[in-house]
Amino acid sequence: MIDTLVQPFIEFAFMRRALIGLLALSLSAPPIGVFLMLRRMSLMGDAMSHAILPGAAIGYLLAGLSLLAMSLGGFLAGLAVALAAGLVARSTVLREDASLAAFYLVSLALGVLIVSVRGSNIDLLHVLFGTVLALDDAALILVASIATVSLAVLAIIYRPLVLECFDPHYLRSVSRASSPTHLLFLVLVVLNLVAGFQALGTLLAVGIMLLPAITARFWAEDMSGLIAVAVLAAFAASLTGLLFSYYASVPTGPAIILVSGMGYLASMLIGAKGGLLWRLVPRKHLKA
Amino acid sequence: MKFRVPMQIGVALALVFAGAAGAHAADKVKAVASFSILGDMVRQVGGDRVDVVTLVGPDGDAHVYSPTPADARNLATANLLVVNGLGFEGWMERLEKSSGFMGETVVASTGVTPRQMVEEEGGTPEEIADPHAWQSLANGKIYVANIRDGLIAVDPAGKAVYEANAAAYLDAIAKEAAAAEETLAKLPADRKRIITSHDAFGYFGAAYGLEVIAPEGVSTEAEASAKDVAKIIRQIKAEHIEAVFIENVTDHRLLDQIARETGAKIGGTLYTDALSGPDGPAPTYLGMFRHNVGALSAALSA
Repeated sequence: MIDTLVQPFIEFAFMRRALIGLLALSLSAPPIGVFLMLRRMSLMGDAMSHAILPGAAIGYLLAGLSLLAMSLGGFLAGLAVALAAGLVARSTVLREDASLAAFYLVSLALGVLIVSVRGSNIDLLHVLFGTVLALDDAALILVASIATVSLAVLAIIYRPLVLECFDPHYLRSVSRASSPTHLLFLVLVVLNLVAGFQALGTLLAVGIMLLPAITARFWAEDMSGLIAVAVLAAFAASLTGLLFSYYASVPTGPAIILVSGMGYLASMLIGAKGGLLWRLVPRKHLKA
Repeated sequence: MKFRVPMQIGVALALVFAGAAGAHAADKVKAVASFSILGDMVRQVGGDRVDVVTLVGPDGDAHVYSPTPADARNLATANLLVVNGLGFEGWMERLEKSSGFMGETVVASTGVTPRQMVEEEGGTPEEIADPHAWQSLANGKIYVANIRDGLIAVDPAGKAVYEANAAAYLDAIAKEAAAAEETLAKLPADRKRIITSHDAFGYFGAAYGLEVIAPEGVSTEAEASAKDVAKIIRQIKAEHIEAVFIENVTDHRLLDQIARETGAKIGGTLYTDALSGPDGPAPTYLGMFRHNVGALSAALSA
């Protein structure tokens, strides 16, 4: 049993690299997912994944298959869209989700256009985004650095961020930290998505950010509990998915996300906090 | 009364179009080739009498191409369409229908004996025809003959020119084939094993006695599983495979990883499904072949 779990990692360097990359990403992305979920911005990750495209495409056109150029391009494009959407939301009648939708659609169209104008039509997703089985040193360092920076920044803005999640008006009335906090948080979202894309592939980046966070909602109620469960769920899904891909011969990215999704479904049924099964158990009525 | 004006416009437009089409037919034959290798062949055979438009250009991947309106416009006004067949251009049938193409179609691989290959789509292995037939020069000759006959069919006046061009081209292909055979025959028998990033070298390997292993299936669309990668690494180590090659149409990061892990060397870039740009190492069909043979022999004999 132990042998089954450990043997692939002993024999193959690419499995060790994949695992390390996934663990690094599992440390920083799920906590950000928790905040996204609490702020009702869960779908923002998905939208941002498209917003990153034109930047990554421009990086690719300028510098070829350069991890740094594509990551930097993607980061700048994602940040521009997030900031523009936030600015519009704070200064006009549009809500943030609506303005984000508008900006990311424009951004996506721009990305497809840029790549098509170049004439070459190598499959976009294959070129612009990496795969978890092909993590080289540069990609590992990128993921690890982003995870480190994310955790440090998250620790610094933790208090105002939690406040902003639950009562943004209160935070704005007592402190000037509201806008900088929001800004830094958006930077973290984009950074983690870029790390995920370049290193692991599209599906995996958004999936490993949000699914563990949503799963955690069924097991914990306070912030630290949510974050701890989300990180653990991401660890577990990464390891199980990787082994599943190894033994069942299925593509790795989808395997990890599917395992994570099954974790979500199971938690929805049996989770200690609001799982569906517990609702079927009759409870004692409170008496006056 | 109401309809008179639009109808007049319609008639006028129809006349304009008819005039344009008539003017077009008077000058060169317009041929559309599905991808760059066929485009080069049509250019060689057609010479000055033919205008060639290539849909999937240099370094493009014809497996996953999505056609543009300009492609449909080109096809609508073309006299001749040249495709590879054997299931290579899955998107072509729809483009042909939607563009209203009225000319002749040449399936260049007609008459080739297709190799079977196993593709695992959705987990169930399936036998399909390997479309990469042009990677054997013997098949290349069949392609050229088919293209020649297609051109003669749409432009009988140029028959002598096409036959002369094709004969000269077939000679050049025969010379190239002899040279390739000579170069590759020098390699020691135990070193004729290579790994490429997608399975495009079946015909090449069969023609010159190379064993070719590819981590991904027939199509560039498939994503590798951890098991596939592990299998290949074990195989490279067990059989002491010398070199892995990357292809111009695929992402090479996975192959880099395999090379790092096994100590096999990266033998360079092979051109498989598309030519390079005019300034690259493989701007024509024969240039591509020469480049590939050179890269293979350099990596395997060193």
